[in-house]
Amino acid sequence: MTWADLLFLLPEIVLSIGGCLLLLAPVIGGRNNGVAAKWSMLLLLVATAAAIYVAAGAGIPSLALGTLFVADPFAVFFKLLFVVVIAMITLLSAEFLEDGRYSAWEYYSLMAFALCGMMFMASGTHLISIYVGLELLSLASYILAGYYKNETRSTEAAMKYFVLGATSSGILLYGMSLIYGACGSLHLEAISQAVATMAGNQALIIGVMLLGAGLCFKVAAVPFHVWTPDVYTGAPTPVTAFLSTASKVAAFAIFARIFYMGLHSLEPDWNSIIATVAALSMIVGNLAAVTQTNVKRMLAYSSIAHAGYALLGVLAMSEIGLQGVLIYMLVYAFANIGTWAMVMLLRRREYAGENVDDFDGLHKSAPLYAFAMVVFLLSLGGIPPTAGFIGKYYLFAAAISAGYAWLAVIAVLMSAVSMFYYFRLVVAMYLKDGAAADVIPSRQVRFIVIVCLIATLTLGILPERMIRGAARSIAPIVNLASR
Amino acid sequence: MAIGEYLWLVPLLPLVGAAINGFRAAYAKGEKSKTLTNGVALGSTLLSAIIASFAAWRYGLAKVPYEVVYWDWIPAGLGNVAGGLLGNFNVELGLQIDSLSITMMMVVTWIGFLIHVYATGYMGHEKGYTRFFAYLNLFMFMMLLLVLGNNYVVMFVGWEGVGLCSYLLIGFYYDKTFAADAGKKAFITNRIGDFGFLLGIFLLFNWFGTADYTKVFALAAHDPLRFEGVATLLCLCLFVGACGKSAQFPLYVWLPDAMAGPTPVSALIHAATMVTAGVYMVVRSNVLFRLSPEAMLVVACVGAFTAIFAATIGLAQNDIKKVLAYSTVSQLGYMFLAAGVGAYTAAIFHLMTHAFFKACLFLGAGSVIHGCSGEQDMRKMGGLGKYMPRTHVTMGIATVAIAGIPPLAGFFSKDEILASAFFKRFETLGEPWSWFPLVLFGVGMLAAMCTAFYMFRLYFMTFVGEYRGAAEAGHGAHAGHDAHGHDDHSQGHADDHGHYGGAPHESPWSMTGVLWILAVGSILAGLVGFPLALIGKHQPTYFQSWLEPILLPIGGHAFHFHEAELTMEVILIAASVAVAVIGIVIAYFFYKADPSWSKPKQLAAGAPKLYDVLLNKYYVDEIYGATVIRGTIVLSLILKWIDTNIVDGAVNGVRHVTVLIFGHGSNLVDKYVVDGAVNGVASGAKGSSTLLRRMQTGVVQNYALVMGAGVVLLAVVYLAFEVLGKMQG
Amino acid sequence: MTESFVPVLILILFGIALGAGMLIVNWYVGTHRRNPSKLAPYEGGVPLLDTNRKRINVRFYQIAMLFIIFDIEAAFIYPWAVIYRDATMTSSGIALFALGEMFVFVTLLAVGYIYVWKKKAFDWN
Repeated sequence: MTWADLLFLLPEIVLSIGGCLLLLAPVIGGRNNGVAAKWSMLLLLVATAAAIYVAAGAGIPSLALGTLFVADPFAVFFKLLFVVVIAMITLLSAEFLEDGRYSAWEYYSLMAFALCGMMFMASGTHLISIYVGLELLSLASYILAGYYKNETRSTEAAMKYFVLGATSSGILLYGMSLIYGACGSLHLEAISQAVATMAGNQALIIGVMLLGAGLCFKVAAVPFHVWTPDVYTGAPTPVTAFLSTASKVAAFAIFARIFYMGLHSLEPDWNSIIATVAALSMIVGNLAAVTQTNVKRMLAYSSIAHAGYALLGVLAMSEIGLQGVLIYMLVYAFANIGTWAMVMLLRRREYAGENVDDFDGLHKSAPLYAFAMVVFLLSLGGIPPTAGFIGKYYLFAAAISAGYAWLAVIAVLMSAVSMFYYFRLVVAMYLKDGAAADVIPSRQVRFIVIVCLIATLTLGILPERMIRGAARSIAPIVNLASR
Repeated sequence: MAIGEYLWLVPLLPLVGAAINGFRAAYAKGEKSKTLTNGVALGSTLLSAIIASFAAWRYGLAKVPYEVVYWDWIPAGLGNVAGGLLGNFNVELGLQIDSLSITMMMVVTWIGFLIHVYATGYMGHEKGYTRFFAYLNLFMFMMLLLVLGNNYVVMFVGWEGVGLCSYLLIGFYYDKTFAADAGKKAFITNRIGDFGFLLGIFLLFNWFGTADYTKVFALAAHDPLRFEGVATLLCLCLFVGACGKSAQFPLYVWLPDAMAGPTPVSALIHAATMVTAGVYMVVRSNVLFRLSPEAMLVVACVGAFTAIFAATIGLAQNDIKKVLAYSTVSQLGYMFLAAGVGAYTAAIFHLMTHAFFKACLFLGAGSVIHGCSGEQDMRKMGGLGKYMPRTHVTMGIATVAIAGIPPLAGFFSKDEILASAFFKRFETLGEPWSWFPLVLFGVGMLAAMCTAFYMFRLYFMTFVGEYRGAAEAGHGAHAGHDAHGHDDHSQGHADDHGHYGGAPHESPWSMTGVLWILAVGSILAGLVGFPLALIGKHQPTYFQSWLEPILLPIGGHAFHFHEAELTMEVILIAASVAVAVIGIVIAYFFYKADPSWSKPKQLAAGAPKLYDVLLNKYYVDEIYGATVIRGTIVLSLILKWIDTNIVDGAVNGVRHVTVLIFGHGSNLVDKYVVDGAVNGVASGAKGSSTLLRRMQTGVVQNYALVMGAGVVLLAVVYLAFEVLGKMQG
Repeated sequence: MTESFVPVLILILFGIALGAGMLIVNWYVGTHRRNPSKLAPYEGGVPLLDTNRKRINVRFYQIAMLFIIFDIEAAFIYPWAVIYRDATMTSSGIALFALGEMFVFVTLLAVGYIYVWKKKAFDWN
């Protein structure tokens, strides 16, 4: 380890210092100033993004902390995505933090620490560094989920999330310990070499199974999804947006890295498990969403289903599959944040637009936003020419070419079902009469809706840069897997 | 100037029109200028049509298919596909010009333009005028993308796009609940079809490594033996998609409901263009279908069945638009029958002639509805020929055309289809399937008779006899059954004219002029397919030779059009004319000769069950409601219930068992130790803690239990697959 | 390999048997006289002042948790010290780095400490 390693860690260092400063700002400065906190956070994110560029250009092999940490293109892809997502969530959060009931500085500080954790996850090449990042993210998420501390629903959400999250962490750790026992190392490359000769080893399989279970909890895949609807409904909406995008994307980053880097040669042993989880997630998530009338709950179930789709990319164990995971995460993040922003944008008597009928006749009162919502929903449903189609295209193609035609059939059929409930909102907006909820005058939320709209359409019509970026980003992992 | 340099203008101009009008509809304040709306919408469509015609003319000179790629849409790179083939998942956004896409493009642009003109008259009094034209133009863009795209993925983009526009237009703003439901129904039914289409595209990638028409067809035609095995599944997947979009059994249910949309929409989207996309797709994929006689037979059977099925429903409907809707379903069935028996040119020929006469009929019906202040029930019409002479004549021409009376357009195309079915043999399938097309021919003849009957029934009920409008107000015995599906045209209209309930009146020239053009088309369009055998020349018709380039020779064997002896040809023509005439004569005796309609009433009374079944469209909607829809909802409710309840039950069950075994003590443990841990944390939340505790106790534990069970489930799955693997290996 | 665990198994069985045996012998040999004071928490007869299930002020948990956190983190310095001593024996720059790491760690602790202090988490009122 050398001082030069610190260059690769620069983004994380910047974030940690920034997070500390954000935490200390209110107790030193003494005032709860939402606007100042927001701008500080955005400044910090800009600094982090700059640091990511510096770290990315600092040379090869971009290892730090011994070999626990790597700043390879795969990590950089996810880190940049995280920064963008957190920046959008910062703007979304400003609305409820500015009225002064809840402390803005601490909120952003927690966000910064969560981001730091996610970045460690994206960069971790060792199960322990991955786990530490995961815990940093989780602890911050528990608190964020309960940030409306005077509201029962929010506290309840935090409680449930915490208890179940702790349980899942336990399961995850247990899995890691078994893998360590079987392989003698927790480093992904070492695991990869060790497992190459260990197909069928029972202890290893149980370890992988438990590890997978812990990860499935994080990505909210069935049957480890039970917390999702309650937590998503209870948490403050920007935090829900955070949990359903950033947190899930980070979990997929490690899912992909662990399985592609460490466990690829064990594929015949774990494919049946992941295939089952993917199938169940798609089926349960989509079917349970059909009868929901609460939009937040409906989107929660839909996010369970999306985890199922993305798992196809992990399962495929091919370039197309890994590329598909990256692309899907990117397009899903934009469409999903856009949807949540729309939920925030609507307000009926002090409450966010949580019911389907809050969207009634929206195309008359706010045609642009109704259109944006349609685009987001089409993207989530995977209809061209929105970005979601590109993502699904990759994942389904990967599943079919990897020989999982039955899963692709389920996936396509279930995305047809998903359009059934997404279309309920379209029907409400365009084909129903009735007073839509008010559109709040928040410029920031509107800005996010527009940004997501532009991104979703642009990535759908001109996806070339995204695809090439994803192809570049997966190179180190694929090279490793093919060795 | 190469075609590719301006071809992109054809789809793009309507898009620009849609953008301008859409923006104005959303943001312009106050009254929007109709002149400007018309200028933008009609101008962009007309310009697009003119450029399309120019391209068609240029193509006609040389007849060289032309493909132009504008950009790499999805540069996916290489991936493994089946059979060790290193395939390419790239998708390019490109347009293609050949005989087929030219034909479709001409139909879409020109009929589209005419319907735009008509809509300026028809929609003149309605709110949301600008928005309506924005949607209509957007539809044109998507439809042109669909027919001009050079690969299946671009077709899929247009496919979804036209769907979206169609749903938005169905529910444009009429009769709220029903229209919204109809839009939703159309959407969901189509999604089922798209499911098949999308799978088909992925299978294409998997087996051919590309989705480009030229490459796929070249591969398939060059090496038929390699792809014969997979063609059936592939074609059936594609055909499921076609069934959804083109309203074939069992996915036809959305189309009749779609008549809730404004009449120009019914004419443009749900008769002339969008619903024919499925036919276009099957004909486009003819090389693949020809590899699989099984798939072709399925297509033919579904088509023939839909033709007769929808035609019989049409016999008993009283709503003028419903009759036309079922007629459309039935005619689409004919087109699939044609494609199924290998008469791909006949399918497209019928598609084209149908576009003329069905558009004319729908627009005529719109004119009738317009003139009768929104009335759609034919029992309350009658004698309209006196009031609306221009509508009367044009619709009459179209009725004759669809009934299949020579020398009008419908006769030529329908006759070609029936003749093809008569001569087609699936030799490779063995008995009895090889001569099964003969049965389909019979079904087609029967359907032709039904068509002639219900179309003339419509004609007699509407235009002949005495006007029954005001007098029949008390005639309510049957009136309620099909209140759905009206486009409620009177809403904005009656107030402006102030003649609600008054005498019917003729529509403005912007509407009837279009009717005349379409009527002339219905007369003449058939001539391009004149069977040259009748004048002693044994060669393909003009239309067949025009479309011949898309019928690639497979494995070196060129495509053969059926040929027949002159006598046989004449006999078939005579037979098909005869059944049409029979249908017309029956309609005449039922509805013209006897103004009290005593015979049909007797028939209905004589077989009340049969009549009810027909009137209620074989109860298919009800069956779907009871099975598919109910099933999905029940499944969803079950899952929701499991998510919230069964887990509780399981834990409580465990607890009860524990209590039974260990008695009181464990209950205390349960209450104090387990809950205590949760409550200790919960009490931190002070004021809300009591409530929180009540909501919390147990539930979190149940959730944790589910997760534990999940791990066990995964272990079981793993073991099961292991065991299965061992058994197989 | 499995055989080497046999002594462990025997030990476990022996432990169980011993515990169970004592309880069983006690049950049969001892006398049973049940009365309320016998069932009370303190068999000596001291009456209960209050129920043991009552709520405790949340401050108690708060301070307890803060104590545990800082306590454990401080304990982390011990293993570091050992490693640091070994590192200073070698001439590489790792000792300096380790020292820097500990400064980072202590600074983070200090940040946390300042935060909870300024947040008045230690005030009992």
